[in-house]
Amino acid sequence: MIRVALPAHLRILANAPPEVSLEVTGPVTQRSVLDALEYAYPTLLGTLRDAVSGRRRPFVRFFACGLDLSHESPDAPLPAPIASGAEPFLVIGAIAGG
Amino acid sequence: MSNVRVLVGTRKGAFILTSDGKRREWTIDGPHFAGWEIYHIKGSPADPDRLYASQTSGWFGQVIQRSSDGGKSWQPVGNQFVYDGVPGTHQHFDGTPRPWEFKRVWNLQPSLDDPDTVYAGVEDAALFGTTDGGTSWREFSGLRGHGTGPYWSPGAGGLCLHTILIDPGNTARLYIAISAAGAFRSDDFGQTWKPINRGLVSQHIPDGAAEVGHCVHRLAMHPSRPKVLFMQKHWDVMRSDDSGDTWHEVSGNLPTDFGFAMAVHAHEPETVFVLPIKSDSEHFPPEGKLRVYRSRSGGNEWEPLTEGLPQSHCYVNVLRGAMAVDSLQDCGVYFGTTGGQVYASADAGDHWAPIARDLPAVLSVEVQTLA
Repeated sequence: MIRVALPAHLRILANAPPEVSLEVTGPVTQRSVLDALEYAYPTLLGTLRDAVSGRRRPFVRFFACGLDLSHESPDAPLPAPIASGAEPFLVIGAIAGG
Repeated sequence: MSNVRVLVGTRKGAFILTSDGKRREWTIDGPHFAGWEIYHIKGSPADPDRLYASQTSGWFGQVIQRSSDGGKSWQPVGNQFVYDGVPGTHQHFDGTPRPWEFKRVWNLQPSLDDPDTVYAGVEDAALFGTTDGGTSWREFSGLRGHGTGPYWSPGAGGLCLHTILIDPGNTARLYIAISAAGAFRSDDFGQTWKPINRGLVSQHIPDGAAEVGHCVHRLAMHPSRPKVLFMQKHWDVMRSDDSGDTWHEVSGNLPTDFGFAMAVHAHEPETVFVLPIKSDSEHFPPEGKLRVYRSRSGGNEWEPLTEGLPQSHCYVNVLRGAMAVDSLQDCGVYFGTTGGQVYASADAGDHWAPIARDLPAVLSVEVQTLA
């Protein structure tokens, strides 16, 4: 199972626990993880990625294993500890606005 | 006895204020959606317990919330606002073309007779609608597509469709306003549109007869006389007696005719309220005195209403969606400030008192009069 940690605003919106577990079939990438997340919690549609372009929202960041993967290709494989469930995939609201 | 429910949208959540018909004691419930910008909350005229809220965030985008119990509980509904076809471009601040891009919902206007039907005015300016209670939204693309869309440019607050009025005697007729494009009218339920800006004079437009480009801040209408419209423009308070075909200025003796908010008395179609703001760079009341101005003659002759409002060192703003009236016999008037105060008058503006003092900056105020 893939573990995904959500920021507080999205946990409340989705009525989700701080960390959710997701079944991902096929390669474990940002895209496949986010697809599974939105499937499990449809109220998150449009909150992480633009509904039309599918691009990451500018003030949303994706961290994993101590790395900022926000600018990586959405189809790049995520680190092995994410794919194995040893580490969570972190969705972060960027620091902005003071 | 009737009750009153005041729906307040702020920079950091929604608040619901309730009182009985005396409007002396108020209960404040909230924040709902804490931390999110709530641009607008509006109740359905056909079912007052059906509420819709525009919840938005620079981080996480747009959410639409729906309540079926007067705001006690909420359910996220559809948030996909996709422009019809290839959206094309409008003008950016610098006059260069800029692709249309959805940013947020500014205004939600439920149908007068169906709780599941709602119009939504959005930024970048367009009109959307739902007929399934917000589950899905469809653009009324005849507005952007009627011809002048590529020439629209944003006001300082963005290219926003901020006002939607429905003619209660002829629900096929809609009025909308966009900063900084102007006012528009549809006579076929939003399918086709025409600009209605003749008579507006805007110093920032070189062509005095320009069809679009006017920075309209707000429109108001009394339901019994839907052909009479009032407008708070960037500068100038205007009036139309022919459904917007022509406008004339009614600023009269106002200390400044810049402002955002306006409302019409619930039972007196010629009684209008505005809240003058010093200028487009000084977004606060003239002389630091928070004054509502009331005209009982449909404009031109205005009287300041000050009893209970701060008359020194007041430098808040009152935004375009932040004034509303109730429909009790003596017409309550309400407005919210960027300083987080919500003021109410239970006697059509003669006396005022704060009913909330320390909320986040207020973006919108709506009022429901409940049986």
